[in-house]
Amino acid sequence: MSTLGFCDLSIEYDGVIAVNGFNDILHSGEWLCLIGPNGAGKSSVLRAAAGLVAYSGSVAIDQQEIPATSAKWRAKHIAFVPQTPLMPENMSVYEYVLLGRNPYIKHFASESMHDKQVIDKVLMRLDLTQFAKRMVGTLSGGERQRIVIARALAQEAPVLLLDEPTAALDIGHQQQALELVDDLRREQGLTVVSAMHDLTLAGLYADRLVLMHQGSCVASGDAQTVLRSETLAEFYGVSARVHHEADGTVVVIPQRASSN
Amino acid sequence: MLRANDNFAPRAGTRVAYLSLVSFALLTIAVLVGTMIGPAGPQWWRVPLELVNRLPLITVDSGVSPEEWNIVWQIRMPRVVLAVLVGAMLSVAGASYQGVFRNPLVDPYLLGVAAGAGLGATLVFTLRRSATENWLIDPLPLAAFVGGLVAVFATYMIGNTFSKARSSATLVLAGIAVTSLTTAIQTFVLQRNNDVVRQVYSWILGRLSSATWGDVRLILPYVVFSCGVLLMHRRLLDVLRVGDDEATALGMNIRRVRLTVVLAATLGTAAAVAVSGLIGFVGIIVPHTVRLIVGSSYRRVLPLSILCGAIFLVLADIPSRILADPAETPIGVVTAFFGAPFFLLLLRVRKNQA
Repeated sequence: MSTLGFCDLSIEYDGVIAVNGFNDILHSGEWLCLIGPNGAGKSSVLRAAAGLVAYSGSVAIDQQEIPATSAKWRAKHIAFVPQTPLMPENMSVYEYVLLGRNPYIKHFASESMHDKQVIDKVLMRLDLTQFAKRMVGTLSGGERQRIVIARALAQEAPVLLLDEPTAALDIGHQQQALELVDDLRREQGLTVVSAMHDLTLAGLYADRLVLMHQGSCVASGDAQTVLRSETLAEFYGVSARVHHEADGTVVVIPQRASSN
Repeated sequence: MLRANDNFAPRAGTRVAYLSLVSFALLTIAVLVGTMIGPAGPQWWRVPLELVNRLPLITVDSGVSPEEWNIVWQIRMPRVVLAVLVGAMLSVAGASYQGVFRNPLVDPYLLGVAAGAGLGATLVFTLRRSATENWLIDPLPLAAFVGGLVAVFATYMIGNTFSKARSSATLVLAGIAVTSLTTAIQTFVLQRNNDVVRQVYSWILGRLSSATWGDVRLILPYVVFSCGVLLMHRRLLDVLRVGDDEATALGMNIRRVRLTVVLAATLGTAAAVAVSGLIGFVGIIVPHTVRLIVGSSYRRVLPLSILCGAIFLVLADIPSRILADPAETPIGVVTAFFGAPFFLLLLRVRKNQA
């Protein structure tokens, strides 16, 4: 249960500004979804929080700024699920999930009984126990996504970052993965930030959407506020209809330019 | 619920302990055979008897004369022990390099150790006859050692200067550049001193034939230290298998780990190269063979590479003594000649099983 704050976060790659003064505060247990066109800086915000790119400004957990020098401290507080994780084919699922315990293990030590108990619990929670001995290379896309999430859970971090968690999945597995994340954050009070391209799914699962454009936040709020056809036209350059279901779901439907 | 230890090592489980024991037994046998075979010396079956005789409190009449024992102890034994050290070192260094650069084709000579050591050795050979004849210590291993370290240091400096990124590709490219440059200098020096070409060439192909206990003492501390440091990194090398970014997100300081592993592996390799020349293929074939048997986790690959590398080189040294008896066949030729087909065979067997 932790809050996550971004204060004046800026990122530059060789002189090109990717993120320009990003500010946001997530309350504990909130799911924030970053949306925006390619290159808007969504992934960069996540990568900065995960400590993978240099940034100016600060990222804070429970109002405590993340120390730039301690990768372990960060990994105990923030778990990161990359868009295309590198999956070593010949590693067993158990060993893979066990990597999530790295921040708790002293440099040259090996896993304790406690670490192994955590893994057993995580595997059980995600129904992966029967996969424990399987090689990662033999798993399907949906199963892979689940073990990456399992590895993140093994970090026991209060903040979970997901970069395009559904990009490689079919519609059924997309739903399963997002339902899983939603269940987990409700059970464990995880604070979640995800970057997503599918606007309808983003609006369906996130508490709040932040629309990014050229490295800055241009709109923030719930799906009804952010997902409007004129906003989408302005920042995505898309011609789309936004349909409101009776239950409050916002559906974004792209339109053929010529079909009017 | 599954017990934690059951699913920890899926294909291996208790097999690792079992395989370590088997490897250890094989190593003992290999060492024994290595001391039994060779030109001159006592009949082969008398050697184990004499070894038993040498144990305290036991007396066996082995019929080995003191002169014959001298051949066993002063000529064969250091050679076998050196093969153990060099084989273990090259294999574990190869496995570690492959882990740290996440590239299965990498060998312990990747960052220029070999070329640097070669240049150092070449310089000594060109100076040798006149200048260094009366020196107290043999300058050859020293020059090779220093040359190897200087080359890798240059590689590292260049690699780091030109790349701020975490990528290891620049380092590898710098290694290639340094290797080319060093080899060019070596070729130039050799062309102007073509009377030593044969000596340099035979050094490059590797040799254990002139091994003494002095050589063993020279490299033992480096090999022990380097193997120790590398073994300590076996879990961290597993974390690195998910890539630099994810390892960082998992809280690992990849720069520090990579630097330590590369330095330790290089130091040990430079020491091994200094006394034995360039023995090829060991650093690639042995780790991959071990992987095919026990899977890819470095917790299993590193310790077993040490054992299997030692076995491999002790065994490879035996044909190098007797193939062209009384002349020596360079051990680098033997490792390549027997190692490569064996490796191909193993790959094929595994493929058929899968």
